[in-house]
Amino acid sequence: MTMIDENPTGAPSYKWVGSRSIRPDGLDKVTGKARFGADLTLPGMLEGAVARSPHAHARIVSIDTSAAEAMPGVHAVITAADLPDLAEAGAKTDDVFMSEKILARGKVLWEGHPVAAVAATSREIARAAVAAIEVVYEPLPHVLTVDEALADGAPLLHAEMITRGVDPAPKTPSNAASRVVHERGDLDQGFADADVVLEREYTTKPVHQGYIEPHACVADAGQDSRANLFVSSQGHFSLRAMTATTLGWPPSALTVTAAEIGGGFGGKTTIYLEPLAVRLSSKAGRPVRLVMGRDEVFKATGPTSGSRMKIKMGVTNDGKMTAAQVWMAFEAGAFPGSPVGAASMTAIACYDIPNFLVEGFDVVCNKPKVAAYRAPGAPIIAYGVESIVDELARSINMDPIDLRLANAAVEGTQSSYGPVFPRIGFVETLEAIRDSDHYRSPVPEGMGRGVASGFWFNIGGNSTATVHVNEDGNVNVIEGSPDIGGSRASMALFAAEEFGISVDRISVKIADTQTIGFNDVTGGSRVTLATGKVVIDCCRAIKEDLCRRAAKTWDCEIGDVEWVEGQAQHASGTETPLSLAELAETAPRTGGPISVTKSDNVRGAGAAFTTQLVDLEVDEETGVCRVARYTTAQDAGKAIHPSYVEGQMQGGVAQGIGWAFNEEYIHNADGTLDNASFLDYRIPVASDLPMIETIVVEVPNPGHPYGVRGVGEAGIVPPMAAIGNAIEHGTGVRLNDLPMSPVRLLDAINQRNDG
Amino acid sequence: MSRTHINCTINGDETDFLSESGGSLLNALRDDVGLMGVKEGCGTGDCGACSVLMDDRITCACLIFAPEVEGRTIVTIEGLANADELHPLQQCFLEGAALQCGICTPGFLLAAKALLDKNPDPTETEVRYALAGNLCRCTGYDKIIRAVLDAAEGIRASATSGDAA
Repeated sequence: MTMIDENPTGAPSYKWVGSRSIRPDGLDKVTGKARFGADLTLPGMLEGAVARSPHAHARIVSIDTSAAEAMPGVHAVITAADLPDLAEAGAKTDDVFMSEKILARGKVLWEGHPVAAVAATSREIARAAVAAIEVVYEPLPHVLTVDEALADGAPLLHAEMITRGVDPAPKTPSNAASRVVHERGDLDQGFADADVVLEREYTTKPVHQGYIEPHACVADAGQDSRANLFVSSQGHFSLRAMTATTLGWPPSALTVTAAEIGGGFGGKTTIYLEPLAVRLSSKAGRPVRLVMGRDEVFKATGPTSGSRMKIKMGVTNDGKMTAAQVWMAFEAGAFPGSPVGAASMTAIACYDIPNFLVEGFDVVCNKPKVAAYRAPGAPIIAYGVESIVDELARSINMDPIDLRLANAAVEGTQSSYGPVFPRIGFVETLEAIRDSDHYRSPVPEGMGRGVASGFWFNIGGNSTATVHVNEDGNVNVIEGSPDIGGSRASMALFAAEEFGISVDRISVKIADTQTIGFNDVTGGSRVTLATGKVVIDCCRAIKEDLCRRAAKTWDCEIGDVEWVEGQAQHASGTETPLSLAELAETAPRTGGPISVTKSDNVRGAGAAFTTQLVDLEVDEETGVCRVARYTTAQDAGKAIHPSYVEGQMQGGVAQGIGWAFNEEYIHNADGTLDNASFLDYRIPVASDLPMIETIVVEVPNPGHPYGVRGVGEAGIVPPMAAIGNAIEHGTGVRLNDLPMSPVRLLDAINQRNDG
Repeated sequence: MSRTHINCTINGDETDFLSESGGSLLNALRDDVGLMGVKEGCGTGDCGACSVLMDDRITCACLIFAPEVEGRTIVTIEGLANADELHPLQQCFLEGAALQCGICTPGFLLAAKALLDKNPDPTETEVRYALAGNLCRCTGYDKIIRAVLDAAEGIRASATSGDAA
């Protein structure tokens, strides 16, 4: 691993931040003690199961639950009739859609759409009861892709949906939920100024986040319309709000505890089972556990969008990008809400292009509603844009890194989506790859080499933290951001650095929704930045308090006291310094317990850029590719725990490699999913991959006390394009459709050979 | 519903439990024995999250009927550490940041133990193939492979120094 500092000599030096401490939750996770969503058992707990639609699109004629209810061991059966009808109540459209996603009302919109749920004394009985629920369906014609959904006369999922963002508004409903546009300059002039203009079309399929832990929760409702929920979630506060809305309860009636979460990647930022579990529990008067099977995860939880994209870009012979026109339509699944908005904003955000038009459509179809997936939307559009950029470089005989450098967004560039960039590190990632051992090494015989770049905004948002100093001088950090990649380790390092004490003396806990103030979801690569910021704020307030207490002890002005390496020191040096432990011990005499809570809607997120490089070996007889070498350079701003920064970078690349070669939802003509298992939906395994070399670039984010940007998402943006570019470099064959599977590649190679 | 009385050795202790005859070892370990470190990721033998050692062989507990373990020896993640001392694999996973979410970690540790017990000096490729039955979606495998190679080196070194002593 390489670390590149923007300014090694001028950068502040830290003792704990930037070190590779043992993560606070590590021991429980290597010994099997960590409790994930399905691991809680309560006395009298029932097991639940969900009845799901076998059809892609159908009207529900009737649901008869009487046989299920009569089965011994069945304690509760619910249908949409057991939840409030939010449409009737005049709720917001998005909430109505969310409620209908949880439990179908009138129509089912995809295979796997829940229609009823059961709680029984065992999983076997619950499943048998689900099978005994008689649902009469009237099948309807379905649409599976944006092409089918946008075709004239296509069957409509939502009879009254008028496309938003079109002026004047269309008079007739369609499956296009909304349109977004970003434009600047004079497109015609831009293309006229270009020496080379290329136009390409790309498609991608839905791919799943593929977290190894299926969705799971345990609900324990009382007879007082209150409930405790134990959940696998990326955000127990937003889960509480969504669950409460669906139930028609106030959010405060739910106490939600975040279990250890077995992967999320965005897919656990929404709800599926939780309102069902609470309603079953309230109806049965017993705790209820609901756990999905893997087939349910694939069929009924959000993948990210399939898409069609048309991209036209122009460049001068000396490498200046003059114009870009991007059109994209994203599958939202059964309800509006694809990441096409973010895709439109990120599409050309790496570059400073004077003239552009980016247009995106959010399109519903009869597939599961998509959910966030790591840098939602960005990898999809980057597959197109970074592929065409590579072709442009080749067409003007320019090194692909040099073309990117010549057009790179820098500090002061107005981003394609509006704001002017503050200090960013895109150029540094390009230079890091250009100067890497990998890029400087000749391409091995018989291999292809590809480069691509990626951008992700990163966000800040709402966070709350509490820090207590125990009577022994050790520190408890209490926060509310579920930890999906090691964030507790970063929080511990921040606190250790601030107090100047060993990280071993810090414990970090993620509290339930009753115990800590509000926190937004763990998403947008926000936790190290935003939750980190409020933890740092707590520590700094406590240090000030400690100095005040020392001043009181020494009977001096607070201005004469400063906090240095874990102890209060008197400026004159005349007093014996007071350690954190000593100040903690005397706290009852100096103002009482030492504890601070801070909350903030944190601003100042810093954008992340990454550039990646891959060497591929293509077997021209089978179409199988082997990733021989992969290097990723990403601007972390500041790597608080370098190992977990590298881990995020490597994990994103691995997911991207799976997306590039194998992963896709395969629906048949009936509209049902043919590959709802890890056997048939093949994610990369250890023997598919090489070591993934990381270059952590550190261009500090001016908006954060330690320069943090957030690293969770950008890494998945470039791999598909980098691999497509390497395939063309190695074979002369260009694939514009994901996945670039062996079958597809072999077809293309055979066509090349025949042509 | 008929239940079968099963006797076996789990994590060194003679254990008996009642299990549904058609129930999996995975469900028996979690529901009847209370060993929640065994995880279900798929229930179809594709992900390896439920890996246990059955008579020293790495096995997906979801693919074994509970009554099949009669008289056999099972090791789960709860039995990997030696009392107050972590197994070198556990220590190397912690130090090498070889876990992120941790749901696959028990399976990986046991699969790695099965490998190192048979092959104390594996190559990187051998480790990759030995662990190819275990899915990890977080790490890209890089740090897992390194941790296993580090643990193997540590175990060999301590065996050598033990021999010398």
